[in-house]
This record gives sequence, structure tokens and C-alpha cells, in this order.
Amino acid sequence: MSRARPWLYLLPTAAVLVPLFGYPVYMLGLLSVFDYRQAQVSGGQPTTFVGLGNYATVLGDPRFWQVLLQTVGFAAALVVATLAVGAALAVLLTRVSAFPRAALSLAALGAWAAPAMTGATVWMFLFDADLGLVNQALGIEGFNWFYDRWVTFGVVGATVVWHSFPLVMLTLYAGIQAIPGSVLEAAALDGASAWHAFWRVMVPMLRPLVTIVVIQSIIWDFKIFTQIYVMTSGGGIAGQNSVLNVYAYQTAFGSSEYGLGSAIGVIMTLILLVITLFYIRALHRTGERL
Amino acid sequence: MRFLYCAAALVVLTACAPSTAPSTGGGDEKTGTLRVWLFDEPNRAPKDKVVQEAIKEFTAAHDGVEVEVAYVPTTTARHERFKGAFNDPASSPDVAEYGNTDLAEYAAAGAGGDLTADLGGQDLTAELVRSASVDGKQYGLPWFVGIRALYYRTDVFTELGLEPPASIEELTATARAIREKKPDLYGIAVGGEYTFGALPFVWAAGGDITSLDGPEARRGVQAYTGLLSEDVCPPQACASLTGGKTVELFAGGKAAMGILGNFNRSAVDAGAAAGKYAVVPLPGFDKGSLAPAFAGGNNLGVMKNAKHRSLAVEFVKLLGGKTYQVKMYEAMGNLPTLTSARTEVAGKEPFLKPFLDTVEAGTKFVPVDPAWVKIDNGKVIPTMLQKVATGRSSVDEATTEAATAVKAAFGRS
Repeated sequence: MSRARPWLYLLPTAAVLVPLFGYPVYMLGLLSVFDYRQAQVSGGQPTTFVGLGNYATVLGDPRFWQVLLQTVGFAAALVVATLAVGAALAVLLTRVSAFPRAALSLAALGAWAAPAMTGATVWMFLFDADLGLVNQALGIEGFNWFYDRWVTFGVVGATVVWHSFPLVMLTLYAGIQAIPGSVLEAAALDGASAWHAFWRVMVPMLRPLVTIVVIQSIIWDFKIFTQIYVMTSGGGIAGQNSVLNVYAYQTAFGSSEYGLGSAIGVIMTLILLVITLFYIRALHRTGERL
Repeated sequence: MRFLYCAAALVVLTACAPSTAPSTGGGDEKTGTLRVWLFDEPNRAPKDKVVQEAIKEFTAAHDGVEVEVAYVPTTTARHERFKGAFNDPASSPDVAEYGNTDLAEYAAAGAGGDLTADLGGQDLTAELVRSASVDGKQYGLPWFVGIRALYYRTDVFTELGLEPPASIEELTATARAIREKKPDLYGIAVGGEYTFGALPFVWAAGGDITSLDGPEARRGVQAYTGLLSEDVCPPQACASLTGGKTVELFAGGKAAMGILGNFNRSAVDAGAAAGKYAVVPLPGFDKGSLAPAFAGGNNLGVMKNAKHRSLAVEFVKLLGGKTYQVKMYEAMGNLPTLTSARTEVAGKEPFLKPFLDTVEAGTKFVPVDPAWVKIDNGKVIPTMLQKVATGRSSVDEATTEAATAVKAAFGRS
């Protein structure tokens, strides 16, 4: 009974996770070993088992590696930027008076509540070459923000950070509020500056929260799709701003190669699992030393 | 961990082929709502007016029948809409307008209803019937064809003392001259994503989609991407333009020339360029020759999953019939497919001459193969053009890469 009990407690969670998460992943894995295209879906041609053929095709495509590298770089920059902005504003929230705090929280909640599609479209209009507010304000009408690869990544990245920093900010703000005042007071009495108090007292105490937001950010930013797809109309000029999810979508849906697209999806899932496992392990190690 | 093993065992045990759509989704109900999908247009109002007229006539003749029209965007997103309809019979329309370039893929997917028996004896040329057929089965009624030609601004040409170009070389020189004297105008509106604006250059040089790395195709790509330059249509602004955007630029008075279709006439007439333009056939490389135009067009088809098959066929025959083809020409400038309708409009409309001349000189079509949809969706040709236009690749590199992608698309289909 005692061995079975933990499993019993997990049942309700499993009842939700297995249909909502397990089944799609299972289907994804299943599709990835079949030659499954539009003709097969609508029943025009029989489905054939191709084993790891789809994986061989994906891994043998130099474009896949280029997009993968680009996605990793872009996601890493986004995670760092989101955390920096979120943490800085969380600290700011604890320092300002009630009115600016409410205003900042509301603005952040607005950004958070905006659907990715809407937010991306609005930002795209703001940066429109001829009619955009940004170009009018800067007096550089006609400047195309979506021409140069890095400028485009900058604008899209800003949109993504704008969408995702509120969660980081509010989570860390709640965490900071939960730190007993006496601890910070003690640090101050020991002569710690604000900077030191943040890094040596707050951050270690917030470590569990930071872990969660980092992992969430990694997963979100690695899976980025809407902003790139909407703002660069599917990957930018000559596909220069493509990321893995957009590539998978275009391969799977655009070209009706559902089997191939699933293989990319499985590879992405595995990469994310590995990153997350490494990160959790690293945290446990440092946790033991403390 | 044990759970994972169990899950793995489960996967192995139950692994079977993924599901396919039920093969019988269609029906032949005589009442209810007939669902129709038509393509959206940059200027939809006149099209909608004609369609509503046809619907009125149709519902007056059929009791208990309503017609519901949905407009599908013509971007590549249309493929998702259509595939959704193929996969889920419940969301399938009865009648759909679709591009003749998409036919091969849709037919291979087993999605269109075979209309050979229903549409026999229509007043169509054999060539047009072929554009709606795969393996001898007719899957739709050609509704209209579209031919592109060179639109130019008469006011600008008169002011600068220019003649309409008679060769691609002259076209380039004219475009440069205009931008030099009028820097706020693009010499010609071309786009890096404007496949059907670029292909005539390739065809004019003797190249084709299946031989993009040949010397002829390279000459064509060189000529087209030469227009995507600072002194004609700067890549900063033009590299990401689609065909539709070049129409907007010309109609909005921002470009002195544009490669537009006869079907874009109403959009231009609604813009700043109205009344200040004329049309000549797009020239080829040799002086006086014409570049082969792309013979794109749209068909009206009945979906295999249609729930009102007979009603759908009747509606296709009505909307695709002579009366409404002529009305659609008047509203949208769409060239009719029925020979009788075309003769009727050609007689009373001098505007059509450059387009009909282009047709006479010979047109080209994309490969009738599902591979084309992959090439189109994979943006193979836009990527090639954009890489050259932005200076990231040479013409040789970009065309070699594109040729490899084309080969891969044919190999997998």
C-alpha cells in the first residue's frame, strides 16, 4: 500500500496530463516514422512505414542545422533579456510608491494579457516602413525594420520580451515580498550595498522561483513562433529570420509533409528535455554546496 | 520511471498507421445551406456584387436553399484552409474556387469531385479543359484566366519623353531613367516574392522552373533581380514585396511601371493611377518579342465532401456560365474562359488587346504536379530572388540552390 500510495496521489494529475499531453506526443512520435503527406491524410494513398527515414532527411538538411543554431542563439538572448528586464522591474516595484507600482503592474498585465497574434501585429504596425509610429517619431520614414537580419531579430525580440517579462516580473516581485524584512535589514546592518543585497541575499533566496521562470522562459523562447511568423511574414527575406518552429510548420503544413514535420517536432521536444534536465541538475548541485 | 516503461510498452503495442479521413463525407441533400468558398480580392466589392446577384438568381430557383459565401485569402494560408476541408468533411464547402496551379495537389489528395460527366459539352477550348483536368478527369469549370502585362504611367512617360519599352533591356533602361529623374517613384514595381512577375523573364530567356540552374534561366533571373536594385526598386523596400503589394504600389501612384494582370484593372482604377496608365505586353529579350506570360486562372470545383452535390454542380454551372462570366469581366476584368464569352468581351474592349496579344504569342504554365505546391510553399523562387537582390548570393549560387530544392520537391512527391 505504501508503495502504491504516491502513484495514487498522482492519478488526478495523470488523468489530465495523459490525454492532454501524452496523447499528442504519442501521435507526434507515431507520425514521425511514417511517410504521411496530404494524399495519405485524405485517404488518396496508403500510408507507409519509413522507420527513421524522416529523421535522416531532417538531420541531413543543412538548412535544419542553420535554423537550429539560429533558434538556440535567439532563444538564449531572449531568456537573458526577459530575465534582466523582469528582475530589474521586480526590484523597481518594491522600491516605488503605490501609484507608480499600480501603473507599472497594470501596464505589465496589459502586455501579458495581449494575445501573441495581436501584440505581434500591433508591433508590426508600429514599425511599418511608411506608416509606422516609430518611423514617424524618429523621422526616418521609409526605413524598413524587417530588412536587415539583426535589426529584424531585435524588433521581434523586443516584442517577445514585452510579452513575456510580466510573468517574470510578477513572480519575482511576489518572491521578493516574501523575503522577511529582517533578513534584508540584517544585510543592511552588516554593510551590504543594495547591489550586494540583491545578489547575495535575494537571489539565493529566490533560487527556486528563478529556476521556474528560467525553465519556462527557455521553453517559451525556444518554441517561439507567432511573432516570427507574423512579423517577418514566415521567416523574413530569403528565410533569414526563420526559427525551428516556423521551419517545422512550413515543412509540415506548408509542404504537406506531416511525417517530416513531426520528426522535427520530436527532435525539438528532445532538445528541450535535455536542456531542462541539465539545468535542473546544475541547480541541485549548487544547492547542495550552499 | 516505471510509468515511462509502461507508456513505452503501450506505444509499441498499439502502434498502428495514423488515421486517415473517412472516405465518404459527401452527400446529395436538396435543401439547406450551400457553402461556397471564393478567393478574396484586393478590391472585393465588385466581385461580391456579381456573386450576390448569382446567389439571388440561384435561391429564387431553388426553394429552401441558402447560399453562404466565405472569402478565402489568396496567400499561402489558403492551402491550410483547403487541407482542413479535405481532412474534416464537416468543415468542407460544397463549391470552391481554387487556383489552377493548386489543382494537381488537390487532385492527388483525392479532394475534388470528378465532374467530367457533369460539365461535358461546355464551350471551352481543349487547352482550358486540360488546365482543369488531371489524368483525363475534369475536376472543375475554368472560371477565368488571368494574364499579366506591363502597365505604365502615361503621364510620367509623356513628361519624360519616354516610349513604352520593346525589350527587357529597354525596360531596365527606362526604369532607371525614371527613377533618376523622379527619385520618389520606383522605376518599376517588382518584388522578391513576386514569382509570377519573375517567371516571364526566365521563360523569355528560354529557361524553365525545372532547369533554374541552366544558362537561360540564369539570364532571366539576372535580368529580373537587376530591377531589384537601388536605381530601380531598392531592395530595402522591394525585396519582400509580393505580387499583390506591387499592384498596390502601382495603383497608389508610387511606381511608374508594374507587371500587373488584366484582373488588377479595377484595383488600379480605384487608386491614384486611375486614368493615367496604359498597358503593353511585357517584352522579351529580343527587341519586339514578347515574354511568355503565366496562364494562371481559377476554376470552380465541387468538393468530394460536398453535402449538396447536385446543387453544387448547378451553382458552378450558373456562376461559371456565360452570363456571369461576362458580368465578372465587367466587374473585375477577369478574362472569361468560355469562348463565346471571350469573343463577346474582346469585341467591345480595346483594353484587352495587350493581354490577348500576349496569349497569342504563347503562354506558360507551372508543372502540373503536386511538387509545384511544395516549391511554391517552400518559397523556393522568392528565396532565390531575395538572395540575389540582397547581395547574399550570386545568381549562380542562388539558382543552383533553387534547382536543388526543385529537384528535391519532385523527388519526394
